[in-house]
Amino acid sequence: MNFTRRETMVIGAAAAAAATLPMPALASKTEDLIAEFTGGAEVGEGGVMLDAPEIAENGNTVPIEVSAEGAEAIMVLAAGNPEPPVATFRFGPLAGAHRAKTRIRLAGTQDVVAVARMADGSFTKTSKTVKVTIGGCGG
Amino acid sequence: MAKNVRPRVKAPRSAEAGEVVVIKTLISHKMESGQRKDSDGNIIPRSIIHRFVCDFNGENVIDVKMEPAISTNPYFEFEATIPESGDFQFTWHDDDGSVYEETKTVKVG
Repeated sequence: MNFTRRETMVIGAAAAAAATLPMPALASKTEDLIAEFTGGAEVGEGGVMLDAPEIAENGNTVPIEVSAEGAEAIMVLAAGNPEPPVATFRFGPLAGAHRAKTRIRLAGTQDVVAVARMADGSFTKTSKTVKVTIGGCGG
Repeated sequence: MAKNVRPRVKAPRSAEAGEVVVIKTLISHKMESGQRKDSDGNIIPRSIIHRFVCDFNGENVIDVKMEPAISTNPYFEFEATIPESGDFQFTWHDDDGSVYEETKTVKVG
């Protein structure tokens, strides 16, 4: 069976696409979780703040801070962890500010994502890349 | 019940009415993620605190759903409005069904 030059190009492109598939599959896990949180609503940008170090020496305990004025809830995801969910903060009527700090585990260098649900039912998100020197998932 | 679990909370003893105060909490817990393996290669089962709630006089301040990606000895810092004198109730829910509680009293005036 002889391939024409054009056919060879098509097969090559298909093989390249197949090889890159696992990456979007991993990212879609995070996207699925965001969709579950938002119920499929559109997610805007801005209005939510995520503070994390640019470089974390120890992935076992990375300090982060999330805040979003007027938010009902903020979900934090670590896109590159084996299990992306990190925490969901729900603010009650006596919350003094829609802000919380905690410490999280990161398996390696990756994007940390914060999605906020506002009081009016809209959603907004932000993300930040954290470089991790030593991973924090016992690997 | 997991061993050596000790909640610690830093909250002011007194405040003005309507003041916003910073609360810091730390609870000693190993937060076993369920991802690690022991020396024989067996997965160590997950054992974490999966929920933390802070209420003031029965009204909610913050309710956190926690996943294995929260570090050992979970730490939280957040802000609360103090409308009147009363008690903070802090509750941590463990995977094994244990509930750890702590109370702090705040006086207004």
